[in-house]
Amino acid sequence: MVKFVIQRLGYMVVTLLIIITITFFLMQLLPGTPFSNPEKLSDRQLEVMNAKYGLDKPLAIQYFTYLGNLIQGDLGVSFQSQGRTVNAMIGERIGPSALIGGQGVVIGLILGLILGVISALKHNTIFDYGAVFIAVLGMSIPSFVFAALMQYYIGVQWGLLPAALWKDYSYSIMPSLALSVLVIATVARFIRSEMLEVLGQDYVNTARAKGIKEVTVILRHVLRNALIPVVTVLGPLAVSIMTGTLVIEKIFAVPGLGEQFTLSILVNDYSVILGITLFYSALFIFVIFIVDILYGILDPRISIGGGKKDGTS
Amino acid sequence: MTDAILSVENLDVSFQSHNGLIRAVRGVNFDLKKGETLAIVGESGSGKSVTAKSIMQLLPKKTTVINNGSIVYEGEDLLTYNKKEIEKIRGSEISMVFQDPMTSLNPTMKIGKQVMEGIIKHQDVSKKEAITKAKELLELVGIPNAEDRMSSYPHEFSGGMRQRVVIAMALACDPKVLIADEPTTALDVTIQAQILDLMKDIQKKTGTSILIITHDLGVVVNMAQRIAVMYAGQIVETGTLEELFYESNHPYTWGLLQSMPKLHQDRSVPLIPISGSPPDVSQLHDGCPFAARCPYVMKVCHSHMPDQSKLSETHSVACWLQDERAPRVEKPDLGGETVDRTETS
Repeated sequence: MVKFVIQRLGYMVVTLLIIITITFFLMQLLPGTPFSNPEKLSDRQLEVMNAKYGLDKPLAIQYFTYLGNLIQGDLGVSFQSQGRTVNAMIGERIGPSALIGGQGVVIGLILGLILGVISALKHNTIFDYGAVFIAVLGMSIPSFVFAALMQYYIGVQWGLLPAALWKDYSYSIMPSLALSVLVIATVARFIRSEMLEVLGQDYVNTARAKGIKEVTVILRHVLRNALIPVVTVLGPLAVSIMTGTLVIEKIFAVPGLGEQFTLSILVNDYSVILGITLFYSALFIFVIFIVDILYGILDPRISIGGGKKDGTS
Repeated sequence: MTDAILSVENLDVSFQSHNGLIRAVRGVNFDLKKGETLAIVGESGSGKSVTAKSIMQLLPKKTTVINNGSIVYEGEDLLTYNKKEIEKIRGSEISMVFQDPMTSLNPTMKIGKQVMEGIIKHQDVSKKEAITKAKELLELVGIPNAEDRMSSYPHEFSGGMRQRVVIAMALACDPKVLIADEPTTALDVTIQAQILDLMKDIQKKTGTSILIITHDLGVVVNMAQRIAVMYAGQIVETGTLEELFYESNHPYTWGLLQSMPKLHQDRSVPLIPISGSPPDVSQLHDGCPFAARCPYVMKVCHSHMPDQSKLSETHSVACWLQDERAPRVEKPDLGGETVDRTETS
């Protein structure tokens, strides 16, 4: 297990290095310079600016300087916001993003689970068809459509929740709901099909034949086994939540990481783009790592790192 | 019969499907006596498993229609029981062993816990006592290092060992009736013998009645005192082991016996299969369902189902050949020497 973790950490570092490298050089292809209105700057001014941010040095040197700083935990300074470090910018933007992202996942998992279980247990009834319908809608309609609809009805027409901006907790609810739609749909569909499969397994009948209550059969024997494969979709779901925040934060004017990210790309703020990309990648790789470990814990047939157990069958 | 612990009377089970009603079991009658082993024999799709599962009420509720009949266990009709009452019977009074041990254990639950589940449900015992009981059960069914193996998962066992665990689970609360639905079909021949011996052994120790469902006549010879032959949802012949093997009177039973390999027979003599295949149970006509495959078929067979004729206290058969107007037919050579109980048991 320890060996597995160390090995995986090694892979994670290599993956991140590749991501940094690709992003770093790809960014150079963005049209324009990091400075606004460069045509108004004199050659001398440009030279000073370039020297200040180290842009006058060859690309290779810039790259290694960046890596060197990164090892010390320094993501550099923003080109656009005077004297602000990228670390500080991420630090102050992460809060709202984490809140709506986290709430989105939690709401999505709970509602998705309920919807999936109901539709599996009421297979081929009106409940099942209803749940499948909702799931298909959630999968196929992009979250920004829901976001706009929610803003109009919940925010403007009915005035139940603030339509946008970020002042107190109530401002986080609608963005979280908009984010959770896809999670609900994905989880519901997955739980439904896994539950149906497990319900057809012989061991469910064995459990029933023991005389234990149907509720216990479902909770102890069916749900547990149906949930294991669902863990695998958590990784991709984390990605969709992260990319989802880019759009959702823009729509709801949430001062989060995603909004900063889109802003930075528009103005060629190299170090911020790089910093946030790196942050997202690290987070995603970490989620996958956790999912793998979770899988080994939930399913005794999977032993992490070629462990001590040997199957005899 | 007074000494019957379980009587199935006139059981009629159908399933709803897109193609209409499928009549899986059509008026089945049998008694299981205390301490005996009754085998239900038949081809795939003859309704044997459905019969077994309807006793435990394990059939899917939504699509199953039990039109008629009763399943009387110790004087009470199980079919009138509600969910809670049947849960009390399941696993404590009547237990079941399933066909495929590879899939009949929960893969994410430790063996010990799975065995203990039934004990905790039905018996008023502490957790510690349940652990001890589970360990004893695993020892009873011949699992070495039972104490250590309690915390193993099913995938750490071989097929034969898993079936032993399944049997241990079924025996957890000393059931009076053990239903074994093809308990050896998924196992190697050598393991089959071990499992059958184990079941016989347990029957000797506990006195439980066994209802064994199988399509393997070899298993029957090994285990059963009485046999019921099922075809297309009906029992066509019942009798003691000897009666069925030496004095059988139904052409279908003859067919089954002829298609079985015999130990003392010259290997150059080919086995005689029953030609054709079982009828589609969703499209049955009024006559004898075996008529289409029967070498002795008469006109009446196609239009009327024969009644059961009682040949002895224990032996009855449903065939028009028993009618006094029917021509006497010569029974085929069934190689009766197959029943050699001293050798197999």
